[in-house]
Amino acid sequence: MTGRELWRLTARALAAAVRAGECTALEAVSAGWEGPAARWEREVHAIAHSDLEARAAGAGTAPHGPLAGVPIVVKDNLCTCDYPTTCGSRVLAGYQPPYDATVVRRLREAGGVISGKGNMDEFAMGSSTEFSCYGPTRNPYDLARVPGGSSGGPAAAVAYGLVPLALGSDTGGSVRQPGAFCGVIGLKPTYGRLSRYGLVAFASSLDQVGILGRHAGDVALLYALLAGPDPLDATSRPGPPPDVGGWDGGVEGLRFGWPANLWREGVDAEVVGGLEEAAAALERAGARRVPFDFLPGEYAVATYYLLATAEASSNLARFDGVRYGHRAPKSPDLHALYTRSRSAGLGVEVQRRVLLGTYALSAGYYDEYYLTAQRARTRIRREYEAAFSRCDLLLMPAAPTLPFRLGEKLDDPLAMYLSDIFTLGANLAGIPALSAPVTPAAGGLPRAVQLLGPDDGEGLLLRAARALEVRGDRARLDRSHEVEFTWPTKR
Amino acid sequence: MAHEAVIGLECHIQLRTRGKMFCGCPAEFGAAPNANVCPVCLGLPGALPRANHAAVEAALRLGLALGCAIREESVFARKHYFYPDLPKNYQISQYDRPLCVGGALPVGDAGGERRYELERLHLEEDTGKSSHPVRAGDRPFSLVDFNRAGVPLLELVTQPVFREPAECAAFLAALRRLVRWLDVSDGDMEKGQLRCDANVSLRPVGAAVLGVKTELKNLNSIRGVEKGLAAEIIRQRRLLEAGNPVEQATLLYDVEHDRLAVMRSKEDAHDYRYFPEPDLPLLRVEGPVLEAARARLPELPWSRAARLVARHGLSARDASVLSEQRELADYYEACAAAADGRQAASWVMTEVLRVLHERAVSIVDFAARLPAIRLGGLVARVAAKDIPRPLAKQVFAWMLEEAGGVDDLLARHGVRAMGAATDLRPLVLEVLLEHEEAAAQVLAGSTRTLDFLVGQVMRKSRGQAAPQVVRELLAAELARRSAGEFPPRAPGFAP
Repeated sequence: MTGRELWRLTARALAAAVRAGECTALEAVSAGWEGPAARWEREVHAIAHSDLEARAAGAGTAPHGPLAGVPIVVKDNLCTCDYPTTCGSRVLAGYQPPYDATVVRRLREAGGVISGKGNMDEFAMGSSTEFSCYGPTRNPYDLARVPGGSSGGPAAAVAYGLVPLALGSDTGGSVRQPGAFCGVIGLKPTYGRLSRYGLVAFASSLDQVGILGRHAGDVALLYALLAGPDPLDATSRPGPPPDVGGWDGGVEGLRFGWPANLWREGVDAEVVGGLEEAAAALERAGARRVPFDFLPGEYAVATYYLLATAEASSNLARFDGVRYGHRAPKSPDLHALYTRSRSAGLGVEVQRRVLLGTYALSAGYYDEYYLTAQRARTRIRREYEAAFSRCDLLLMPAAPTLPFRLGEKLDDPLAMYLSDIFTLGANLAGIPALSAPVTPAAGGLPRAVQLLGPDDGEGLLLRAARALEVRGDRARLDRSHEVEFTWPTKR
Repeated sequence: MAHEAVIGLECHIQLRTRGKMFCGCPAEFGAAPNANVCPVCLGLPGALPRANHAAVEAALRLGLALGCAIREESVFARKHYFYPDLPKNYQISQYDRPLCVGGALPVGDAGGERRYELERLHLEEDTGKSSHPVRAGDRPFSLVDFNRAGVPLLELVTQPVFREPAECAAFLAALRRLVRWLDVSDGDMEKGQLRCDANVSLRPVGAAVLGVKTELKNLNSIRGVEKGLAAEIIRQRRLLEAGNPVEQATLLYDVEHDRLAVMRSKEDAHDYRYFPEPDLPLLRVEGPVLEAARARLPELPWSRAARLVARHGLSARDASVLSEQRELADYYEACAAAADGRQAASWVMTEVLRVLHERAVSIVDFAARLPAIRLGGLVARVAAKDIPRPLAKQVFAWMLEEAGGVDDLLARHGVRAMGAATDLRPLVLEVLLEHEEAAAQVLAGSTRTLDFLVGQVMRKSRGQAAPQVVRELLAAELARRSAGEFPPRAPGFAP
């Protein structure tokens, strides 16, 4: 097998090749960089930090585990002790953590190798990866368009072929929406299933590490290796994680909710077309459509932005220039050191959210905003629970639009926030959800749907994702048909 | 119009756990700067807290001892303010749902306790420590040591129940005794293991409404609490008597110069923006955990003191002194088990406490050297009039330095060979009879003549007696004579 072909392999096949001695771990890890990245990376700019030596060192020490030699892009907000971890922010310029995030440690223990740190919206605040201090990432399927965000870098890197798998983080859709925009699978697990230890917090009660991959089987493989309780994360879910080994078991008899009221207006026709296609594929595979109206809380967006900004204002307080990261020089006093370091170090969108969150937590406003939002959150969670008493999974859009153009929503925060309208419910409810590509839209842009499941429903979600991957063709559910993927073509 | 002060205290108790509140770093005092730190207590990006159950257990011990209601589900909350010694720029604390609510601390001797009601007890993490060294020629700079950051603290808030600074001082002393008794904290105020802030306001005597309060921070000794409050009460009283209002403020008290300084006024008051800590689940204390903690609770100091009064016939004062420390009370009771309770108390309170003080040793170290059972044996012999008290004191001194029981020591020092003190007495009486003139001189105050008499007795014992014992026996005998007592007849001598 030559290096030129390795980058096309699934993670599973690549690890098998390394274990069988058909190629070395270093060849496996380098394949993406020597292959497609040579053509794509300069323009797409998916990677914030790459390091040849760190890659070689990682490949050199990778054990022959289930991920032997598999290169993985890790979002720049997951701590890695061999790469900087800067969350796409000037305030963390040059910061290199002294420890690995739990998920990073686990993937290394399984033989995975960090291929680079994925570009992202600063502190995961954004839906387009335009808010990065390193400049935007572009969509490999159309360089004039955004890859989604905030995990746009990891999603784009998987899409153009740098790596078969990537880790992102999903606070309101930050894995699923870029997954959808880049035509790859994006899984946000049940809250607490993937350790948050070492994930630089945006909104602790909503953040969840997510997985991006080209194939359902690869996502299942990585999920199985990373999921499970972590003594270092008090919010990790106790007990064994759901078994996703049956990802290729089909969806016979599965009931999927069809809340068509959600896309009656405000959703692109292409997106609706994708939903119809997905529903038809699932039905071909033996699943049953359960139409009903679903109102996941009229106030989900408001609820989400109140809670997320409140927690963010607190989580980001530590970036003050005192112990690490950017410090404004020559500050006359402590107050100036704080305000200057933070004003210069944090970008405009981050400052906007920190201010909003600080306001929401202020004396006199706390009850009205934060507590009200908490109560709304409880109700939203109950509405999802009620929905799952009628169906096994919910099918809905991942985003209301196809990938939009760079700059299109940059000056309109509200429009940007609304691109999360279908994804943030899963974060509020703590339930698992994934985005899965269907056939591309007329112009060749990726098109995707979102599937939501009840707590610990990852197994069902991956079965459905696999069924969509083979367009509902039951004969092709088995693992020998994993190579199909719509690669971007260079324009 | 006469005013009375109303005072409430906020005490911070550093818990004596091996690890910190939210990570496994050692919580010890005195390590090299920034030696005991990790991503969690440094607040590095991505690090998450996890509650230390040993700290929760210690908090439960104190809460139960104080009779607080223990919340089955309490909530950690973030308290925000920016300061370089606060690594995350928020402190993990508890706010509207603290672990322990209510309760009271009894202060005073058995039978006469005053109970001071508490508002709450909650868990939180300590901050690091800033220092601002001044070096000639350098621009001013600050250093931060994060060893203390994350050390578990228990904050105890009293109701506004104090009227006098002296009450606050007594309360703090009682609290210090209790936290040590329960092994919850070392309670050393100098090391900051017990810290105290006070809220104080004045109001017309008899008024029900509280006046405007000020907060005194960092009162880091019991004396500081008493003096600082006294100074602040005088300040507020002067203002009110001159018809000026007291303004809400946070003050610092400088105990060295007896000076108060405003740290921040009301306008600068922080908005801490408390909200539930999303990185930590509810702190659950299930029934069985609570029962287990209750079962492990030792007898409390005030119960102990009451029992010492009832069982050993001690005065309330003596019982309090002996219950000052659990190990001391244990020592006393072990000693009293072998001897008369009151005599044992007298020995422990005079001799043992004197040695502890003189040698600056703890009762634990003392007990390792002189176990209570040994001392009890000695006290029993004194009680049985087997050994005179002066000799017993000598034996006590030997016991501190050497191994062996009372009889071994007497033998080793030549006293036992003479049949103990009772057997030395014939020699003493003999010598006094032979040297009546010298005896008279001693009574007249000649110590040199006493040395001569000691020498005579020593000679008669052929060097077997201990000179100190002989000296004390001689002195005792002569004292008795001067008091007009009839000397017992020496055996073998006809009148």
